[in-house]
Amino acid sequence: MSTIALKVNGKDVSAEVEDRTLLVELLREELKLTGTHIGCDTSQCGACVVHVDGVAMKSCTMFAIQADGAEIRTIEGVAQQGALHPMQAAFAEHHGLQCGFCTPGMIMTAIDMVRRLGSDLDEATIRHELEGNICRCTGYQNIVKAIQAGARAMASQ
Amino acid sequence: MYETTYHRPASVAEAVSLFSNASDGRFLAGGQTLIPTMKQRLAAPSDVIDVGKIAEMRGIEVSGDTVSIGAAMTHAEVAASEAVRGAIPALAGMAGMIGDPAVRHRGTLGGSLANNDPAADYPAGVLALGATIHTDKREIAAEDFFQGMFSTALEDGEVITRVVFQVPEKAAYAKFRNPASGYAMAGVFVARMKDGAVRVGVTGASGNGVFRSSEIEQALLGSWSAEAIAPLAISPEDMLSDIHGSAAYRANLVKVMARRAVASIA
Repeated sequence: MSTIALKVNGKDVSAEVEDRTLLVELLREELKLTGTHIGCDTSQCGACVVHVDGVAMKSCTMFAIQADGAEIRTIEGVAQQGALHPMQAAFAEHHGLQCGFCTPGMIMTAIDMVRRLGSDLDEATIRHELEGNICRCTGYQNIVKAIQAGARAMASQ
Repeated sequence: MYETTYHRPASVAEAVSLFSNASDGRFLAGGQTLIPTMKQRLAAPSDVIDVGKIAEMRGIEVSGDTVSIGAAMTHAEVAASEAVRGAIPALAGMAGMIGDPAVRHRGTLGGSLANNDPAADYPAGVLALGATIHTDKREIAAEDFFQGMFSTALEDGEVITRVVFQVPEKAAYAKFRNPASGYAMAGVFVARMKDGAVRVGVTGASGNGVFRSSEIEQALLGSWSAEAIAPLAISPEDMLSDIHGSAAYRANLVKVMARRAVASIA
């Protein structure tokens, strides 16, 4: 067991973790931040994507202890002052989900996409960038629309 | 996942010493293969030695005709590097095609080479660009490094620290992704070096892992064009054959990817 100190959604957190504990297990089981999902356990589905020091990563494919000293943002931490993040609002507006299981990972990936590529995203780019996020309901049509609109909304904020 | 002990050494020397003291140690770089393997209990190292943040394994330097990339540089960092994009755009482009964005934020050059997955992208680029793999002990030429799928010249406890690439006159990479997994079913990296030599690295297709295609190299040496490759019949012998494609299909994919790569820079 090791004690680690990190920042999660802006709050200082200290936690006792086993060396083998995955970051997603710390988030869900210890910190009760169950918005970050576990979909596949094989690092393919992207339901567990969070931001580690501002960059999208699969929290099921890193150890919690590797996040010692890091700043983590999860889906619970993207809304500001009670208002949905523009990307969250776009997913609601464009109905970018059906069952919603993949949605937290989709939104965290989408915000990272805008950080790297800017807010003017064409459909082909968005579809390609979603390679690591699997949705088994929608066929992606409205997810792509939501990300395109969310990206533009982020720019005008 | 079975229990393990995690270490984060600050130097290569410390990493090597931790490894030699462990009963069954494994080096962890980006962890995008090792951690899923441990989750499935296919690997159960007593000690995991994280080399991902070691300063001497980081950084990118371009000098003259070489590009030196630290083994702990992530695919995303290599893909976004202005220095690599300027000197060897095909290499930066290839790094940007590995896995998916979140995987590229963690996976590293050294980890990809040490693992030598038969469908990994980097081995094709390393072989085609005549790169030299630097470890804590020695320098290994790409030709001698790859020794069949998941097998390399690395000894137990040896760490890749940097990889030094030759800047080619021109180079390109094309891959055909498995539509479900995204892994290369055939990936071909073509390079014409400044001394006129032609080197072609092929990944994803062979049961023996990454290899150089002397047939394609000879054809391109005669004439650097997609047309020069067209008449070749790539042998299906040694090609992988599975539910995703037969050996003959993969042999043909190698030819098609080589043509596409050459055509993209002709």
